[in-house]
Amino acid sequence: MKYLHDIGSYFLMLKKVFASFTKTSVLKHMIFKDINDLIISSLGIVAFISFFVGGVVSIQTALNMDNPIVPDSLIGFATRQSVILEFAPTFISIIMAGKVGSFITSSIGSMRVTEQIDALEVMGINSLNYLVFPKIVALMFYPFVIVLSMFLGVFGGWVAAVYGGFSSSADFIAGVQEDFIPYQLFYAFFKTFIFAFILATVPSWQGYYMKGGSLEVGKASTNSFVWTSVLIIAANYIITQLLLSA
Amino acid sequence: MIKIEDVHKRFGEEEILKGITTVFEKGKTNLIIGQSGSGKSVMLKCLIGLFKPEQGKIYYGDEAIQDMDDERQRKLREEMGMLFQGGALFDSMNIEENVMFPLRMFTKMKKPEMLARVNEVLKRVNLEGVNKKYTAEISGGMQKRVSIARAIVNKPKYLFCDEPNSGLDPKTATLIDTLIQEITHEYDITTIVVTHDMNSVMEIGEKVMLLKNGKLVWQGTNQEIFKTDNEDVTSFVYSSDLFKKIRDVQLKENKA
Ligand SMILES: Nc1ncnc2c1ncn2[C@@H]1O[C@H](COP(=O)(O)OP(=O)(O)OP(=O)(O)O)[C@@H](O)[C@H]1O
Ligand SMILES: [Mg+2]
Repeated sequence: MKYLHDIGSYFLMLKKVFASFTKTSVLKHMIFKDINDLIISSLGIVAFISFFVGGVVSIQTALNMDNPIVPDSLIGFATRQSVILEFAPTFISIIMAGKVGSFITSSIGSMRVTEQIDALEVMGINSLNYLVFPKIVALMFYPFVIVLSMFLGVFGGWVAAVYGGFSSSADFIAGVQEDFIPYQLFYAFFKTFIFAFILATVPSWQGYYMKGGSLEVGKASTNSFVWTSVLIIAANYIITQLLLSA
Repeated sequence: MIKIEDVHKRFGEEEILKGITTVFEKGKTNLIIGQSGSGKSVMLKCLIGLFKPEQGKIYYGDEAIQDMDDERQRKLREEMGMLFQGGALFDSMNIEENVMFPLRMFTKMKKPEMLARVNEVLKRVNLEGVNKKYTAEISGGMQKRVSIARAIVNKPKYLFCDEPNSGLDPKTATLIDTLIQEITHEYDITTIVVTHDMNSVMEIGEKVMLLKNGKLVWQGTNQEIFKTDNEDVTSFVYSSDLFKKIRDVQLKENKA
């Protein structure tokens, strides 16, 4: 029962987000602020993780290739496939659920407990539009984060392979370019958009409808991370089933 | 003028407001007093439409908010100023931005014009030179005053204050009270103040209503409140020893 109620309240929230719009000049300001808070400020950690995880994927592939018939280009190929198909879109999104998701929940949640949301409502402002819409727009830039992650992941793999002595640069690059299927890129970005929407809305929902005081804000942030990542993993499974195995 | 008729509000099983009927007059400071937990804040939130009463009507002029569509309610809210019990300042904005917020939202004013108005109201609440500070950097009493400044900056027709002077020193508290009254008279607006401070009652209680367990048990002026024999009033008013003594002195003087 509780779940049904939650699902209902989530979709009702989405409806209200697009109901009555805040003044454009104010909204624009909020969007830029959210792009900064949610996207720009995440670039550092995403770059760091992507580069090193890309490197590890490439080293692992190299170490597990003991059959001499397998060409060295497989290292590049395997790195590209895992980074572009799963690591960048899905794994980074889980990390973002921790970083961006708990930020959104705690900032909206603390506005709830200190009556700032009530203050907005009393002024006649659609607080959901004012708070959540800019976050949805800001996260439409999320695919750029994923592009960066893809690029740095593959680059990290190249550095690890070439400087670790596992493969020549030419072999690695040949592997990266091998059997390129544009549809897979479409798949990767399609799911990125879905994840972005989950990242913007689920933590907002958690924060907006929370009850209690500052202790509960902390609990809501933890909950928000759990729910956002569970939903991302579930969506990933469904999308993969629908788009790749059909 | 705001008129309410038989307003009931419950949370789950518990009925918080048990049928309240009264009138809040225009151009006057209307005070709601009562013990902690008696339902004062809930009543205020019903008035401004944050809570929906299960039963009863709330009229702004001749129109009941229950009968207004969303757009009309939104318009009405642009005419309200509200001071929350906890201040409810936006902590992502500095003081100036907080006070300017309603202007930015609802007027076509240019930046310098807005700034001039902001400084004007900040001066009225005795706060100058803190424009660029953030909420966390100023004291609780200052936050209250900023919050009042934000509530009045767009010249509301209805002003709601939930405990405007709790947590303030007596001098600032008096200043805030007088300010609220001045603004009420100056703009001829309907002001509703929730308080449990007897000082406020004496100073600005042009109309006072006492809530007890979700019921309106007494209403009258601050002159009448010290004369009435209503038990609920006397037990609330004279819970403070000081007022008891003042009353005793007055009674003696009267006899003499
Ligand atoms: N959102 C809510 N959900 C459930 N119960 C609530 C809610 N808000 C208030 N109550 C309950 O309503 C009752 C009256 O609360 P209210 O805040 O109106 O008291 P008050 O008269 O303003 O007290 P104080 O002087 O301490 O501010 C309390 O028992 C409170 O627990
Ligand atoms: Mg209260």
